[in-house]
Amino acid sequence: MTATDVAADVTAPGPMTPRPYRVVARRQDTHDTATLDLIPLYGEQAHWRSGQFMMLYAFGVGEIAVSISGGALPGEPLRHTIRDVGAVSHALTQTKVGDVIGVRGPFGTSWDAMDAVGGDLMFIAGGIGLAPLRPSILEAVRRRGEFRRVILLYGSRPGEGFLFTDEIEEWERLHGFTVHQGVRAGLADVVNDPSFDPAMLLTLACGPDIMMEVAAKTLTDRAVPPQKVRLSLERSMHCGIGLCGHCQLREAFMCVDGPVFSYDQLVPLLATEEL
Amino acid sequence: MRTMGLAAIDELVAVLDGAGYEVFGPRVRDGAIVLAPISGVADLPRGVGDEQDAARYRLRDRGDDRLFGYAAAAQGLKPVLFPSDELLVRIRKTPIGFDLEEPEAPARPRAFLGARDCDLRALAVHDTVLSSREFADKSYGQRRDGVFVVAVSCADPCGTCFCVSQGGSPKPGDGYDLALTELVDDAGHRFVVEVGSERGAEVLAQVTTAEAAESDLAAVDAQVAEATASMGRTLDTEGLPELMFAAADSPHWDTVAARCLACTNCTLVCPTCFCTSVEDSTDLSMSTTERHRVWDSCFGARFSYIHGGVVRASGKSRYRQWITHKLAGYQQQFGLSGCVGCGRCITWCPAAIDITAEAAALRASLADPETDLETAGEAR
Repeated sequence: MTATDVAADVTAPGPMTPRPYRVVARRQDTHDTATLDLIPLYGEQAHWRSGQFMMLYAFGVGEIAVSISGGALPGEPLRHTIRDVGAVSHALTQTKVGDVIGVRGPFGTSWDAMDAVGGDLMFIAGGIGLAPLRPSILEAVRRRGEFRRVILLYGSRPGEGFLFTDEIEEWERLHGFTVHQGVRAGLADVVNDPSFDPAMLLTLACGPDIMMEVAAKTLTDRAVPPQKVRLSLERSMHCGIGLCGHCQLREAFMCVDGPVFSYDQLVPLLATEEL
Repeated sequence: MRTMGLAAIDELVAVLDGAGYEVFGPRVRDGAIVLAPISGVADLPRGVGDEQDAARYRLRDRGDDRLFGYAAAAQGLKPVLFPSDELLVRIRKTPIGFDLEEPEAPARPRAFLGARDCDLRALAVHDTVLSSREFADKSYGQRRDGVFVVAVSCADPCGTCFCVSQGGSPKPGDGYDLALTELVDDAGHRFVVEVGSERGAEVLAQVTTAEAAESDLAAVDAQVAEATASMGRTLDTEGLPELMFAAADSPHWDTVAARCLACTNCTLVCPTCFCTSVEDSTDLSMSTTERHRVWDSCFGARFSYIHGGVVRASGKSRYRQWITHKLAGYQQQFGLSGCVGCGRCITWCPAAIDITAEAAALRASLADPETDLETAGEAR
């Protein structure tokens, strides 16, 4: 390489510059969690895939990574479900309809739930982890006939509350989802069911690390291929574009190589404490 | 090949300045050699050498007239091309939302006089990390664009140098426009010049030079061979990435952690470290926010913070992250080592922690888990 042949586009807006989006609807989901619907002030809505995340910016407060929880269909606003756990998420959950926030993205890898077409699809959600799964759940609802069983295991910590309860009821009643409240008990039911077929199951899980690890171990112990257990990990994502280094897990940049990983990719990375 | 005299260095700086470059070179400041704007030979560290060892850096009088008689300067090119604090965007509140304004690109491209092979290999690492992937660092690209490099061969490597172990050489191999080898002997004080680019040839054509004598070329080879043989340290790179990953649970990390102060010096002086944080700061009227990219360090407590706690709470996990990333993670991520063998992390560590000694200790602890090399005892 010579000193001159570095070719980066230095005229387009930088990837660290947010775009203004307006809050067009807001819903309080639980005591600490709210869902915002967003449309861009200028230009087209960003094209995204289920499982990806955006960097949401509250003016004067800061920016955090938040998964996309809805808005896949043409004309639908971008949807984010945010839990109030820090200064930025607090500011974002306190926004009102008409407020403008900044959005960068989408970033990261996707669930690719359609890989399960023809087989069984299981969603495992812990707490706010249901939000990043929701676009894929809705995809499964729209294309329900292309799957055999669709299972949702959903647990939350005491006092945390449950998200999207009205929708979950619909998924169960109208779309034939098998819904278990509580991940551990639900998992036992699933793997002990006589019709359980490990080769036909794709699992998408999002929740606390420990919940996902237990689920992945339980499933792979029962002969589910680790490639077909996908987990969405949370680490300290600052830039979203693989440049700032914060979210590294050994050689993986969680923001560009993740957040969705298959369990076989994660086994060596989750084995060591504090990696 | 051409040669040029001392006066031609002044000509060279003037030509670069006239061509619009802001010229940076080595200068003595606060008892160290640092990279700063220069306007000619008078600014350069003439006759200044250095002594470097673990936790030790001293300038010394060489007793000769060499302009480039020191080893690695306190910093590489990083502070100029990838500043510790960079404004990314200014965000102003408006009645309907906010406006965004990115700063202008720097008006003048940079020229560097005196860059070493380790500096250029570190630059190539930054080019790969910051400019060659799906998302590029725009500010780095703007600063990097059009950079002119006058590299210099190392004549006198120091005690913490180990570039040869890391595939480098005292003589710049690539990535320069012009490369000088400084010769000081009975035949006089002169520089043998190699041209690395068309721009380099154009600049050199405006400077007084002469055809290099055969004896000068032989002198260059001899000086480089001597420098190559006088590395202060070595790093055994055989199977190193695999070894580092395999050592994740080694008891040796506790030994390092007992000494590491988590001061972040190593990451600040490392020419390839690229971790940053985004900081938004708002004025008192709450109407304008500036988004800055600032250097960060994996040794900092907040570095791995997510709501609920930090991922790497212990000192040993942070040291492990740093050295494993340097010697193994970069290979997986970018296909190259994150260490160029400049030795700065060894020199500037107040606890005299030595990346070459730690890698060797990890290698030994894997080979025989009963032995943990007490690297603390080696501090000089």
